[in-house]
Amino acid sequence: MPPVFGVLFDGVAYGMLLFLMSVGLSVTLGMMNFVNLAHCSFAMLGGYVTVTLMNAFGWPFFSTLPIAFIAAAAASIVLERLFFRRFYNASELNQCLLTIGIVFVSIAAAAYIYGTDEESVHLPAYLLGSISFRGLDFAVYRLFLIAAALLITLILVFAIESTRFGAQVRAAVNNQRMARGLGIDVDRLFAVTFALGSGLAGLGGALAIAMIGLDPSFALTYLIYVLIVVAVGGLGSITGTFVAAMLLGVSDMAGKYYVPALGSILIYLVMMVMIIWRPTGLFGRR
Amino acid sequence: MTIQTIAGPHDYLRAQFRWRWSEIAFWLATLLPFVLAPDYLVLASQVASTALFALSLDLILGFCGIISLGHAAYFGVGAYTAGLLSTWGWGEPLSGLLLAGLAAGIVGYLTSFIIARFRHLALIMITLGLGLLLQEVANSASFITGGFDGLQGIHTWPIFAKFEFDLYGYTAYSYALAVLFLVFLLARRIIHSPFGLALRGIRENAQRMPAIGAPLRSHVRTIYTIAATIAGIAGAVLAQTTETVSLEVLGFQRSADVLVMLILGGTGRLYGGLIGAAVYMVARDQFSGLNPQYWYFWIGLLLIAVVMFLPNGILGGLSLLARRAKAAS
Repeated sequence: MPPVFGVLFDGVAYGMLLFLMSVGLSVTLGMMNFVNLAHCSFAMLGGYVTVTLMNAFGWPFFSTLPIAFIAAAAASIVLERLFFRRFYNASELNQCLLTIGIVFVSIAAAAYIYGTDEESVHLPAYLLGSISFRGLDFAVYRLFLIAAALLITLILVFAIESTRFGAQVRAAVNNQRMARGLGIDVDRLFAVTFALGSGLAGLGGALAIAMIGLDPSFALTYLIYVLIVVAVGGLGSITGTFVAAMLLGVSDMAGKYYVPALGSILIYLVMMVMIIWRPTGLFGRR
Repeated sequence: MTIQTIAGPHDYLRAQFRWRWSEIAFWLATLLPFVLAPDYLVLASQVASTALFALSLDLILGFCGIISLGHAAYFGVGAYTAGLLSTWGWGEPLSGLLLAGLAAGIVGYLTSFIIARFRHLALIMITLGLGLLLQEVANSASFITGGFDGLQGIHTWPIFAKFEFDLYGYTAYSYALAVLFLVFLLARRIIHSPFGLALRGIRENAQRMPAIGAPLRSHVRTIYTIAATIAGIAGAVLAQTTETVSLEVLGFQRSADVLVMLILGGTGRLYGGLIGAAVYMVARDQFSGLNPQYWYFWIGLLLIAVVMFLPNGILGGLSLLARRAKAAS
């Protein structure tokens, strides 16, 4: 019997990654109802930026993280201007198709540039190995991941709850038309939120390499996980996204550990039951 | 010229149901591969079964507005039913086809109770989840499905105990085309019925339909079951003509591909799926030297271009051109 604690620890670390990659999508979906299936392409971009900077230019791991964030955010701004902007009032089908098209292009581009092998990075020595505490082993990188994600979550919650920008975001998620009526420039707000959310996804992608790997199919594989998190957590809810990401991370790890024969069946079943039980998500209002 | 009186709904439906010359020309053109491209009959038979699959998606997506990212589930159920029947020693094609349709229809009917309750993002997630779930189940049950290696030893008996499936695909294409045509007739009948009209009403405004007395959920359940049955038949045709079934028939890639074909051809038009499937499959065959990874680069670009510039697909673009030409003359 594997130790329950180890599974929980790994699941939480994995859930933190999922949270970083999903939170941006949750907020932008809640605000504009724009179904952006290309969200994980931004995460993948962040991952490849880190790989390139470290392996080709010899940058240290930590200095690549801000660049991964900025690159994903910048790419999202360009795409938003070029494509997404014209589809805010289009049907869900067209939004889906446009963004699936972008996913396909990004996967092919990544495969063309980097090949289809899984990428690896050399983490600094102090992030490797594990710490023993009262007979329990903690992998340092996972500890770091949890700490970093918690810090980002705290900053996010503070920004959303206590700043003027956050109040505007909450207003726009709650009722977009009313927010416009009050003079909030929702389009600009959305562009900024979109860029920040994609940047976070890029950061998540960069942090993910050492834990779940990175190859061109990343954009599609983890898209499904991210969609599950968003749909279960409820659109536009940071708390909901956090709880859903933790649930998914822990139950996925537990499923793979205890009943490997079931594969991902457990996850999909849990997701279906959750959506059927609460179609608007755990913390969703719509 | 007298002013035409407003026709009643039945006149409208009757007018829609009349066969047009372009339709007759289309079906005559499907016979051309026998004469013009006898080397490509195997491909043509795959085009026909895929077109049938696209038609089934069109029934729910194009006419009823149900976005499905997991339609391959029913295609796969049909393909596995036909394949398993054959490996268990019953390779008779027609009864296999019916049983495959029945199996997919039952799965479709059971899932339709979930489908009918949701719309928007929840619906997209549910269909995606159903597709993935079924694929995982098939993967885990490898003692039945053969897992990643697929089913071994499928052999389809001759049709009517007379027409052997040959290497050149002559029988395969005749068979697939005949099934496509018969199912198409059925779909055409459904779409041009009052029920078909109600479906389009649901697509346009799902809130108002109950207000005029249309039973929304039971309509959705009915068309979803029909579409699942047709998808199962399409899967069975593919399994019987290629004599292979692997996990790929259930995959997300197949669901996405058929969506691309339908969008390319034009949704909400009976011929959209057929044209889209033909264009897509022939193009993929022509570029088969290309690494599949790069093929999806072009598919992605195509999708972006179609939704940006040709939102109603090839057929929508053509009818727009025709209308412009008429207005100009």
